[in-house]
Amino acid sequence: MSDSPALPAAGARAPEVLRRSGSASTRSARPVLRRPRPALRPDLRPVLLGVLALVAVACYLLLFVRGSFAFALERRATAVGAMVVAAFAQGVATVVFQTVTRNRVLTPSIMGFDSLYVLAQTALVVVFGGSVLAATDGLPKLVVQTLVMVAFATLLFRWLFSGRWGDLHVLLLVGVTLGLAFDSLSVFLQRVLSPTDHDVLSVRLFGRLTAVDPATLPLAVLVCAGAGVVVWRRRHRLDVLQLGRDTATGLGLDHRRELTVALVAVSVLVASSTALVGPMTFFGFLVAALARQLAGTHRHAVLLPTAFALGVLTLVGGQFVLEHIFYASGMLTVVVEFTGGLLFIALLLRKRSL
Amino acid sequence: MITVSGLTKTYDAQTVLGPISEHLAVGGLTSLIGPNGAGKSTLLTITGRLAAPDTGQVLLDGLDVHRAKSSEVARRLAVLRQENHVTARVTVRELVGFGRFPHSGGRLRAEDVEHVDRALEFLDLTDLQDRFLDQLSGGQRQRAHVAMVLAQDTGHVLLDEPLNNLDIKHAVRMMGLLRRAADELGRTVVLVVHDINFAAAWSDRIVALRDGRVVASGTPAEMVTPEVLGRVFDTPVRVHVLDGVPTAVYYR
Repeated sequence: MSDSPALPAAGARAPEVLRRSGSASTRSARPVLRRPRPALRPDLRPVLLGVLALVAVACYLLLFVRGSFAFALERRATAVGAMVVAAFAQGVATVVFQTVTRNRVLTPSIMGFDSLYVLAQTALVVVFGGSVLAATDGLPKLVVQTLVMVAFATLLFRWLFSGRWGDLHVLLLVGVTLGLAFDSLSVFLQRVLSPTDHDVLSVRLFGRLTAVDPATLPLAVLVCAGAGVVVWRRRHRLDVLQLGRDTATGLGLDHRRELTVALVAVSVLVASSTALVGPMTFFGFLVAALARQLAGTHRHAVLLPTAFALGVLTLVGGQFVLEHIFYASGMLTVVVEFTGGLLFIALLLRKRSL
Repeated sequence: MITVSGLTKTYDAQTVLGPISEHLAVGGLTSLIGPNGAGKSTLLTITGRLAAPDTGQVLLDGLDVHRAKSSEVARRLAVLRQENHVTARVTVRELVGFGRFPHSGGRLRAEDVEHVDRALEFLDLTDLQDRFLDQLSGGQRQRAHVAMVLAQDTGHVLLDEPLNNLDIKHAVRMMGLLRRAADELGRTVVLVVHDINFAAAWSDRIVALRDGRVVASGTPAEMVTPEVLGRVFDTPVRVHVLDGVPTAVYYR
């Protein structure tokens, strides 16, 4: 994103209204250096994407209904709910994570956040047994579970990002290795489980976008909304955090505190998304990369809604197309992950330096 | 007024700074000079609370900068480090707007926009204001960062080598601007300068560091002498008064 596309021919200017709130001054004839065509105001872009996302949701909910409309709608509404939660959690978490780490390539999933969640869940079953997991279902357990995972993730990643690993390649390597280690440990622990416990665990871990337990949905929505409020209230601080630790401190932010809060929010979001629909490695990356490209601004007041809308559009629109046009409803995560993975590699190769 | 007392900083059992007790800035323009590794940047960084000292404290008009709330300090003291790599795609105007963050919390009011406009104009950036930082030369970017720091509208401004990347035209103008910021806007400016003659020509006060300690301080006339500079830099230096300014000659 830092590399600028070819400059338009000399004199090619397009009117664009400056979007500074509070400023009455509107400058027209501003050279557009990013795109040759007249650009849509950044403030309007998430609105447009939001409308598209709503259209996708409406299509998915209402079209191609065979048989009972009420039954189909209820089933589909649950799926949409899950996809909206996943889009919100992954999109927002990835944008925030990239901002505080000042890196467009790292995402919480690539750094092993959801592997950590899987490990935490598995460890819980190993220690307390599957029956405990099933018996103590509900709010308190989920809260405790999430808190433990959040605390661990925050400590680990705050330590990682404390500047100890100056080189981002090393950081990426550490993250990927940690993720692999968490995965391997989870697999090992799952091997030693009794079949019943394993069964209980699998149901929990391998969520599907279209097969979500409706009972867990409200809770996930609530958690995401809470984290969303925290992030949204800090949107201006996130803008400042992009300038780096020193500048942010100079401008009066307690950098360590802001980093911690952001990482807590990220782990809460990733935990809720993973709990609901299972791990998705490259989806967040895909959404965040596209959002940064499309938003055309560094401001989180625009970036965050853009990422959310794009996420919904990708998941719901993708599911709609796959289900009704290609008759391959279970393949969405595969397709999204494949596309995201390709984009990840493309960006890595193109940027060379991270 | 910035006063440091008993300041020390140690990296890997090696003391790089201090102990320093000094009235670092009493108004006007103060230049920190010294050989490489003398601790100039470290002193500036600690004074700007971007790093914590091992012992000692920094008082900014009686406010301990490391104890006070960071946001409170940010309204009184602005600091710019030597390397400011911005990865985000930000325009010059947006960057300067960030300087208003301590006052506005991110939502620019009419008053903030005025400050931004003034800072842009002060650094001759009005024409470049809608350019992205990655489309600027090193010197232009440097000026954009200084504009941000000035837009912060603080009584005290700390700059680490603001002349870096600047050609002589822009270096002279930068020092002139900082002089004006001190004289017209009443800012107290502390900067690290490598070029002794720039320091001599524009500063009210020069503080010389060597091996992490303040070895001498005073007016340019007191500081730019063969004895003091020879002691600070370990190099024979001759001094001529040119146009009323003591000028060091050390090239051969």
